[in-house]
Amino acid sequence: MLNVSQIKKNFPIFDHNPSLVYLDSAATSLKPRSVIEKTVEYYSKYSANIFRGIYSLSEKATEEYEQTREKTAEFINGKKEEVIFTRNTTESLNLLAYGLGRKIIKKGDEIVTTIMEHHSNFVPWQILSQETGAVLKVININQDGELDVYENKSKVKGQKLKVSIKNSKLINMEAVISKKTKILTLTYLSNVLGTINPIKEIVTVARKINPKIIIIVDAAQAASHKKINVSDLGVDFLTFSSHKMLGPTGVGVLWGKYPLLEEMFPFNFGGEMIVEVFVDKTFFKKPPHKFEAGTPAIAEVISFSEALSYLEKVGLEKIEIHEKELIKFAYQRLKEEFGEDIKVLGDGNIKERSGILSFNFCNLHPHDVAQVLSEKNICIRSGHHCAQPLHQFLGVSSSCRVSFYLYNNKEDVEKLVEGLKEVRKRFKI
Amino acid sequence: MSSIYTEIILDHYQNPRNFGEVKNPTREVEVNNTLCGDRIKMMIILDKEKVTEIKFTGVGCAISIASASMLTEHVKGKTKEQLKKIDKKFITKMLGVNLGVNRIKCALLALEALKRLL
Repeated sequence: MLNVSQIKKNFPIFDHNPSLVYLDSAATSLKPRSVIEKTVEYYSKYSANIFRGIYSLSEKATEEYEQTREKTAEFINGKKEEVIFTRNTTESLNLLAYGLGRKIIKKGDEIVTTIMEHHSNFVPWQILSQETGAVLKVININQDGELDVYENKSKVKGQKLKVSIKNSKLINMEAVISKKTKILTLTYLSNVLGTINPIKEIVTVARKINPKIIIIVDAAQAASHKKINVSDLGVDFLTFSSHKMLGPTGVGVLWGKYPLLEEMFPFNFGGEMIVEVFVDKTFFKKPPHKFEAGTPAIAEVISFSEALSYLEKVGLEKIEIHEKELIKFAYQRLKEEFGEDIKVLGDGNIKERSGILSFNFCNLHPHDVAQVLSEKNICIRSGHHCAQPLHQFLGVSSSCRVSFYLYNNKEDVEKLVEGLKEVRKRFKI
Repeated sequence: MSSIYTEIILDHYQNPRNFGEVKNPTREVEVNNTLCGDRIKMMIILDKEKVTEIKFTGVGCAISIASASMLTEHVKGKTKEQLKKIDKKFITKMLGVNLGVNRIKCALLALEALKRLL
């Protein structure tokens, strides 16, 4: 396990709020001092616009901004010119639906997504399908809370289009993916269930069925918990947000393969995305600048580089192990104390989960659970977590969600258990 | 921070008054708070301009159920004109707790139903 008491010292929020039990990092993470100080540094020392000024302050800001792009690329093993800064993952995905989707999707084409998506990777494709007459296909989940793409090896004949993964299971997607499938878009890590999808294997199988398929991965939850290597995964696009991985709000990332980025429409037109403008026509810059019209979130992007440094220093591999351990521990403790009173969503294979656990408690409304916990300075999420199709599929209207990060430890789990006991007491259950 | 789960709110949540269906209602309405998954169906009998019967069913958090329970108790026997004056301030006072910006909408769901019945 990580040395959490040491880590907590790097997060000023604990100086101001020492008893805070923050279990909502899947919504947004807390920020280390180095990130906050970097923001102050920009505004105090070289607060100027980028790309425009011929003076040293602007040059310094531009350099810091572009260095962050390089660092982001290295972080996921991509190339610098393939990294586009947006406002958040939602904007990255919408940019794809708009800039790529409207270019390549025609009537009768198929777009495949999954039931465990966040609304931001569901609604843009649903709307695109409705506008173009394309078909939106949705991969469901099985009772273990995993994508319904597995089958047992023993039952399978002809393994040409299937790929073997651990536990003697095979991935088979012939039921959903075909030559008509233009886009497959899915999450790396469910923001409700904590399920990690086997992206690399899914990519291999999907490309065997349809070599032309474009694969988009929403890594909003995964990027903060897992080491990501885009070339190893073999995906075409990957999206994530700074604010879920210790960085500031207002910065999202869209990584994409360069030839595809060149093909895409820009979404915003205006400053800094053009080469030349005439009265009757305009020439755009090449990616990534084609997609970054207007003054971006300069301070936030620059500070994001400090978040990446912090994560590298601690090590994502270590963070992943730490969180898996916490999830296992939390599940075990909650079940020990509350048994059938706690219903964890899709808990078939809990040891493979990362960072996130959603549940319902004593038939109480999740808002009431969260409210009583908040009186004890414990922050959890309650509601549908922007994943209504998944909740509908599971037959519940909402749930409580706890999510862990590198500043959480087993003590936080024990405080959660105590808090839930208080909930039960308060509602006389 | 003081709790919003006072004895009176818990009592109305666990033993909601006027919970059930009205036979031959003058009007009925169903309102949702999709964000929370709360749902309230309210049925009313109006005799001329006066409420003679009101009931509700539904699912929701303690605040939304308690609010519906207390509100239906209040409106019985009142005239439409009297009820049109009920606002957010009244509901907060009726519940007797200070709800934050995020929870006030739970409390206002029953009021939305009532307004649509008048």
